Amino acid sequence: MPDQLVYAMEVTLNGLMTGVLYSLVALGFVLIFKASGVFNYAQGVLALFAALTLVGIQNGQVPFAHMINAMTGGHLTDFGWHIPAVIAILLTGVVMVLLAIVIEKLVLKHLVNQAPIILFMATIGMAYFLEGFGDVMWGADIKTLDVGLPQGINETIEIATERWFGYGFFIDNLDIVATLIAILLVTALTVFSQYSKQGRALRAVADDHQAALSVGISLRFIWILVWSIAGFVALVAGIIWGTKSGVQFSLSLIALKALPVLMLGGFTSIPGAIVGGLIIGVGEKLFEFSIGPMIGGATENWFAYVLALVFLVFRPQGLFGEKIIERV
Amino acid sequence: MRKTLTALVAAAMTLAAAPVMADLVVPNLSYRTGPYAANGVPYADGFNDYFTLLNERDGGIGGELIKSPECETAYNTEKGVECYESTKGEGALVYNPLSTGITYQLIPKMAADGITLYTPGYGRTSAANGKVFKWVFNYPANYWDGASVAVKHLLDQNGGSLEGKKIALVYHNSAYGKEPIRTLEELSKKHGFTLATLPVDHPGQEQKSQWLQIRREKPDYVIMYGWGVMNQVAIQEAVNIRFPMENFIGIWWSGSENDVQAAGDKASGYKALSFHGTGMDYPVYADMKKYVVDTGKASGAGDQVGSMLYSRGMYAAIIISEAIRKAQEIAGKPAVNAAEVREGFENLDLTEARLQELGLRDFSQPIKASCENHGGPGAARVFQWDAATKQWNAASEWITSDKEVLDPLIAEDSAAFAKESGIEERCK
Repeated sequence: MPDQLVYAMEVTLNGLMTGVLYSLVALGFVLIFKASGVFNYAQGVLALFAALTLVGIQNGQVPFAHMINAMTGGHLTDFGWHIPAVIAILLTGVVMVLLAIVIEKLVLKHLVNQAPIILFMATIGMAYFLEGFGDVMWGADIKTLDVGLPQGINETIEIATERWFGYGFFIDNLDIVATLIAILLVTALTVFSQYSKQGRALRAVADDHQAALSVGISLRFIWILVWSIAGFVALVAGIIWGTKSGVQFSLSLIALKALPVLMLGGFTSIPGAIVGGLIIGVGEKLFEFSIGPMIGGATENWFAYVLALVFLVFRPQGLFGEKIIERV
Repeated sequence: MRKTLTALVAAAMTLAAAPVMADLVVPNLSYRTGPYAANGVPYADGFNDYFTLLNERDGGIGGELIKSPECETAYNTEKGVECYESTKGEGALVYNPLSTGITYQLIPKMAADGITLYTPGYGRTSAANGKVFKWVFNYPANYWDGASVAVKHLLDQNGGSLEGKKIALVYHNSAYGKEPIRTLEELSKKHGFTLATLPVDHPGQEQKSQWLQIRREKPDYVIMYGWGVMNQVAIQEAVNIRFPMENFIGIWWSGSENDVQAAGDKASGYKALSFHGTGMDYPVYADMKKYVVDTGKASGAGDQVGSMLYSRGMYAAIIISEAIRKAQEIAGKPAVNAAEVREGFENLDLTEARLQELGLRDFSQPIKASCENHGGPGAARVFQWDAATKQWNAASEWITSDKEVLDPLIAEDSAAFAKESGIEERCK
C-alpha cells in the first residue's frame, strides 16, 4: 500500500478521535441550548472551573488560600489529604450541581421571558466572573490532573498496523478512553431523555416552554437540571483536556473548538454534536495533512470554520438541527 | 472668597496636571489572569521582589526608593497599550511588558515619549541595533541568538557537523514564533542540515497533526518556540510519540517548570535554553529570604522564588536597577529622569565582578552596552529537566550566538525599519 495512503488512514483515525474530544465540549452547549434556547458562552469556563475544582478537591488544596493568607498573614496551602479520583469526581459533580442552583437563583430566575440575546449576554458575564472566581479560589498555576487515565501510544494498535501495513499507527490511549467515555455519556443522556420523567420534562420544555408550563412542569427545576447536566459534561471534557495539557486557564478556550462543530451539527441535536465533531476532526486533520504543507501549515483552526460554513450554506439549521418554519 | 476659590482651583489643577515624580517609577506590566497567567505570575513576582529587596535592604537605588505600580495586561496587546498610557504619566522610567505583541505597539510610542523599552529575550530582535532603535534595549539575548545557540549546541553534540541531519522547528504561529525561521534557514545553509517548519495555532491545545508529521518524518532534533499551553501539549505529545527528550530543545520561553511538570517523569531529559541561571544556589537569595520572604513582603504568594520564570523576572529587575544606577552615576544625582535612564542603559557595563558583588556569580553573562550595541553578548546556556528532583540542571557552558550569520540579518531588518519609519542612523 502506498505510504501516503497509509499515513492518510492514520490521520483519519486520529481525526476521528480528536473529533470526539470536540464533541464532548459541544455537547454541553447543545444540552443548554436545546432546553432553554440559550447559547451558553460560559461552557468552556465551566469545563475549566470543573477541572480546577476536581484537582483542588483531589489534592486537598485550600480554596481561596491566597486571599485568606493575604488577609490573615497565614500560610495555608492544603489540607494534607489526597482523595481517590472517583470520590473527587463525585464531589466535583456535587459542586457543579450547586453551581447550577446558584446560577439559576442569582441569574436565570431574574431573566425569565427575556430575549435570548439578554440570556446570552448573561452567560458572557458568567464566563468572565467564573474565570476570575476560579482564579481566586484555586490559583493561576498549572495543575497536573491525574485521575488514572492512560496516556501514550497504544502498542497493540501500533504492532497490529505495523504487521498489516508496514507502518505502526499512532493512536493515543487517552483518545481511546475519551471515545469510550463519549459513547457512554451519549448513551446515558439518550436513555435519560427518552425514558426518565425528568428527561421527558426536559424534552417538553425544549419543544414548547409555554405548553410545558401549562402542564405543571417547573421551568426553574428544568434549568437547574440542564445546567447540572451541562456542568457534568463540562467536568468530563475538563478531565480529558486537563489530562492532556494540565489544568490551566487556557482550558476555557476549548470552547472555540466546539463552535464549528455546533455550526455543522446544529445547536439542538446530540447526535449532531457527535457527527459534527467527527466531521470537523477528520476534515481538519486530512486538510492539514494533504494541503497544509503546500500553504504553510496551521490550517486546522480556520479550516474547521470553512467546513462548517460550507455546511451552513446548504443546511442553515446544521446537519441535524431542526428546520424552523415560521408562518405568518 | 473668590480669590480663595481661584487659588484652590489653581492648586487642584496643578496637582492634577503634574505627574507624581517621587521615587524611581518602574511600572510592572504583568499578567496574572488569562491563558498565560501561570507564566506571568512567577515573572511578575521575581520582578517585584528584587525591587522590594533593594528598597528594604539598601533603601532603593542611590537612596531613591523604587516604585513598581502593577498593571494587568492579561497578555493582551490592547490592554498592554492601555496600561502604558495610564502609567507613563506617573514619571515612568522604563517598561518591560513581557509580550512581543505589546512591544511592537510600544516601540514607536515610547520613542516619541522618550521612555526606554527593555525587552530581555523577547520583542523585536533587530532592536539590538542601537543605531536605529535608540529607545529599545534587548540584551542579553534575542530570539535569533536563541536559534543560533540551539544549533551551536547541536553542533557540539555532533562533533561539529550537522551535515545530513534534519531539524524540525515547532513554533507558535505568531510574530514571536516565526522570528527564528529566517535565522534557521541561514544556519541550515551554513551547516548543511534540513529544516522543517511546523506552525501551531494559538493557543496550541491541539497539536496532533504536527506530532504525527514529526513521527512520520523522523527529524533528528526538534527546536520549539512556544508559549503557554502550547509548550505543555508539545512536550506531552513528544512523550506520547516517544520522541527522545534529549533531542528536543525549547527556547527560553518554552523552558519553565510549568512546561514540563504536566508530562510527569517522562519529560525528564527535555532541554531548554536560558540566558540566566535558576534555582536557589545564589547568595542573593539569602538576602531575598531575610528582607522579602521572611518579612511577608514577597509579591504574590511568595511560592515562586527560585523558579525559572521567577529568576527571569528578577533578572529583568536586576538589569533595570543596574541601568538606573549607571544613570545616577552619569547624571551625578539620584533622582534621574527617563532620558537619563536611557543613557544608563546605553552605558551599562555589567561585569563579572559586579555580578559577584550582587550575589549572582555565573547567574548570567557580563553585558557591555554601547550606542550601537543594544543586544548584548547573545549568550545562553542549555538546561536539562530532571523530573526526579524537579529541577533544571545546566547541560552546557555559556554558548555565544553566531554573529557572522546574525549581524547581517539584524542590519538588514533594522535598515528596513529605519527606512519605513524615516529614522536617521545614529552613532556615527
